[in-house]
Amino acid sequence: MGILTWMTFLPLIGMAVVLCLPSRADELIRRTALAFTLFPLVMGIWLFQHFDRTTSAFQFTQHAPWIESYNINYFVGVDGISVSMVLLTVLLCPICILASWGIDKGIKGYFALFLLLDGAMVGVFVALDFFLFYIFWELMLLPMYFLIGIWGGPRREYAAIKFFLYTLAGSVLILIAMLVLYFQNEPHTFDMIQLMAQGATISTKPVIWGLGLQHLLWLALFIGLAIKIPAFPFHTWLPDAHVEAPTAISVILAGVLLKMGTYGILRVNYGMLPAATTDLAFWFLAALGTWNIVYGALCAMAQKDLKKLVAYSSISHMGYVMLGMSAFTPQGINGAVLQMFNHGTVTAMLFLLVGVIYDRAHHRQIDGFGGLAGIMPVYTGVTALAFFAAMGLPGLSAFISEVLVLLGAWQKYPGLTIVAASAVILTAGYMLWTMQRIYLGAPNEKYLGLPEINARELVTLVPLGVIVVILGVYPHAVLDLINASLLNLNKVVAAAPAAVASLR
Amino acid sequence: MNLSNFESIAYSYPELILMTTAIVIFLADLVVRGEEHLGSVALFGCAFALLAAIGLRVPFSDTWLIRGLLGWGEGWLYSRMVVVDDFAVFFKIIFCLAAFATVWMSLGSNEVRGVNEGEYYGLVLASTVGMLYMASAANLLMAYLSLEFVSLTSYVLTGYMRHNRRSGEAALKYLIYGGVASGTMIYGMSWLYGAAGSLDYAYINAALAQGAINPLTLFIAILLILAGFCYKIASVPFHMWAPDVYTGAPIPITAFLSVGSKAAGFAILIRLFYPGLSQAVGGGGWQFLAGVDWPQLMLVICMVTMILGNLAALNQQNVKRLLAYSSIAHAGYTLMGFVVLNDEGLRAMLFYLVTYYLMNIGAFLVVMIVVNSTGREDIEGFRGLAWRGGAVPAVAMAIFLFSLAGLPPLAGFVGKFYLFAAVVKAQFYLLALVGLANSLVALYYYARIVRTMFLDMPTGTEGVVTLDAHNACLLYFLALPTIVLGVYWAPVIDLADRSVHFFVG
Repeated sequence: MGILTWMTFLPLIGMAVVLCLPSRADELIRRTALAFTLFPLVMGIWLFQHFDRTTSAFQFTQHAPWIESYNINYFVGVDGISVSMVLLTVLLCPICILASWGIDKGIKGYFALFLLLDGAMVGVFVALDFFLFYIFWELMLLPMYFLIGIWGGPRREYAAIKFFLYTLAGSVLILIAMLVLYFQNEPHTFDMIQLMAQGATISTKPVIWGLGLQHLLWLALFIGLAIKIPAFPFHTWLPDAHVEAPTAISVILAGVLLKMGTYGILRVNYGMLPAATTDLAFWFLAALGTWNIVYGALCAMAQKDLKKLVAYSSISHMGYVMLGMSAFTPQGINGAVLQMFNHGTVTAMLFLLVGVIYDRAHHRQIDGFGGLAGIMPVYTGVTALAFFAAMGLPGLSAFISEVLVLLGAWQKYPGLTIVAASAVILTAGYMLWTMQRIYLGAPNEKYLGLPEINARELVTLVPLGVIVVILGVYPHAVLDLINASLLNLNKVVAAAPAAVASLR
Repeated sequence: MNLSNFESIAYSYPELILMTTAIVIFLADLVVRGEEHLGSVALFGCAFALLAAIGLRVPFSDTWLIRGLLGWGEGWLYSRMVVVDDFAVFFKIIFCLAAFATVWMSLGSNEVRGVNEGEYYGLVLASTVGMLYMASAANLLMAYLSLEFVSLTSYVLTGYMRHNRRSGEAALKYLIYGGVASGTMIYGMSWLYGAAGSLDYAYINAALAQGAINPLTLFIAILLILAGFCYKIASVPFHMWAPDVYTGAPIPITAFLSVGSKAAGFAILIRLFYPGLSQAVGGGGWQFLAGVDWPQLMLVICMVTMILGNLAALNQQNVKRLLAYSSIAHAGYTLMGFVVLNDEGLRAMLFYLVTYYLMNIGAFLVVMIVVNSTGREDIEGFRGLAWRGGAVPAVAMAIFLFSLAGLPPLAGFVGKFYLFAAVVKAQFYLLALVGLANSLVALYYYARIVRTMFLDMPTGTEGVVTLDAHNACLLYFLALPTIVLGVYWAPVIDLADRSVHFFVG
């Protein structure tokens, strides 16, 4: 059994164990769940140490036949792109379990579903068989639906079904595109590595509106994945889901699920349909990404609810990922994946911090506080770190990735880069303005007695804060992991037009 | 091979066992007191019939303890009236399973208990015999007779709750629609007979291949015959009976009709249209004969059925009625495999019917469990089911419904996956998109029930739901394979693959 299989299935075993525990053993259930997320974290650290950073090949692969008559296999492995995402996932999961310690309704169901979600998320990132990828991708929907729907806020039912329907709409498009890819390949296969090797040969001869089969497949996949990112105009489920979801689920949503969209684009669209990628990247990644940056920032600025503000800031920050990867330059694409990782940690911190204050004040209105710095100094300090990281302050992680993205994009799309870079001002604007309204000024009489952040909450925040600082000064910890694979991916995409030309 | 009447008996054990059990039950009902044991007799009858169809093999060897029909030769029986081949045996297994689950369900149903149980179980078994022959009919006459036999027994079973107005109304509606549909169908059959000069599928096929039939004649005949078949599978435009009948009939019968009767309709449809009216062209492809493009017609029927079934289901308040419309939609999904004219599509249909058997009977079983405890079959009656003693049925219902919606890792997803794969392979992209859009709509109303069960809290007036061991066994029997088949389905798809094989002489 490979380590990746263990990382995927340990949480699922944990789910079975949790289901077998007696419903009343609250503390036992929580600790079991924590244990089953800590094991994968330890394995993740081992993976981080033993990952070969010099090659773009897939590592730690494991291959086993599954449904032989249809050539469906169990095939897992990681390259630089996926290993960074796997690390992010196993890092956030135990933190989310700790952040869920206060859940008091249906504890058994909550932690069982959470562990199912955990296993499915790791599965998405390690799957190298498209069918397996799709199964894990869909498997995340059910626990997410229930986690938002049962443990969420007042409008949880609406938010849950909206999330469910949006994501499913995306995944049915992915299903069709996956089947077409399967039948285009001879012999028929779902093996992602073979599909990548064959991808350049899919026809780009125009069939409709000047788009070839490859472009149509690209668009179907892109829409399916863009819903997860979420890219404008498919983003409207995100604010609803975030506002209603319990804190830990918001962290998972923003920290891991959004990354699946961009991860999927890199893995599937870039790897398997490189020619269409070069043709369509400008409009659908660069221009749309820039629009996401500006639009998300403007929306965030208008929010009254702190959680909604963070949700819109996610849309804005994911725009950098799209812009960075659209440039096909080493800096751009490295910056994009680094930004995925950094956004995962920073936004997780932000949601955890919102959760802390919501647990105490039971509301999240930005204008409803004031002067919290005097009441909760430690909390305010951590918040300041997270806010400054989200703003892209030098010395903190997001600065590096945003600068890399902008540097990379500048070489290809100077106009868009100017717009994107100017949006940093907007980001700083809404972050600082929020900071000022909540933490500075005269303390609000109503909240003078708010208790300071407690140890459990600090335990969830400090590791992320440390990572944010470390990656701010030493980004190579992640860049070294991802670099080889991304350079190779760039090469594949760059070679695509030539490959298509040689076919004509 | 072409067997005489006497030799054919060796290939008719499932039918004989069922028929004998039915007769025993009818007679015992007259002479013996203690109706309540008749159901158990019927259950054993179904189990033995199933065994006679599948056979029993020593594990991991080729020694057979009981030689079943599965993989045991093929040929014409009873002077070419009936054919036995892998395709027929596959359906026979499904029907025996459906009857088994139905009888089991009936044993735990409050609606059935204590009222003329002998007749009830006898009729269920008799109806199953009719279905077994529907799958084997190799002759228009046999097809008509078996279909009518199933219909007639179903009318009685639908109206079984004599003192319930809805049940009676449903039976009458069913009867009238059925009478019209089968009259139309037999008129169409007479056209086909007149044009081809034979009732035998093989001769009809030969006549078509020689171009002896005028396309217009054939087209009219097909159109008329489809009335009967579409009525049986509950597809547009002959679906109107389904919501009323499914709502009015006792719940086990609803489950039986929605699975057994529908599958039988598909069996008869495939056998007439594939080996009867088409010709295999190699590489798993089929070619329709005599220039009548019936796949185009079926394509329209398929899409309209899906769309109508799903849209109508959206606003239903009664769970049985909602499931009735969903079952119409599922007839549409299954037809996707029918219109692509290749073995891949047929295989997908067969596999889908297996998964449909599990999840649809399962869903009706949960409805029955709730009705048994609270007497309510409206969606509000499911409010907070998970939080008032019905956690197991609620979780099972969620599994069945999400499987019906086609979400992995459940059996329904695999079924849909094969259907869509067949459609994409045949490059019917529009159909694939329509089908997928429908999956989304369907998810909405399935999730509505799930939401009511889990996300809404009970108000305290709904009553407590209890699950007895008897129903729990069947629930696990259906729910576990729904999950297992979603993860590992190679044996079933291999069987379906092998079963797309018709004996045509």
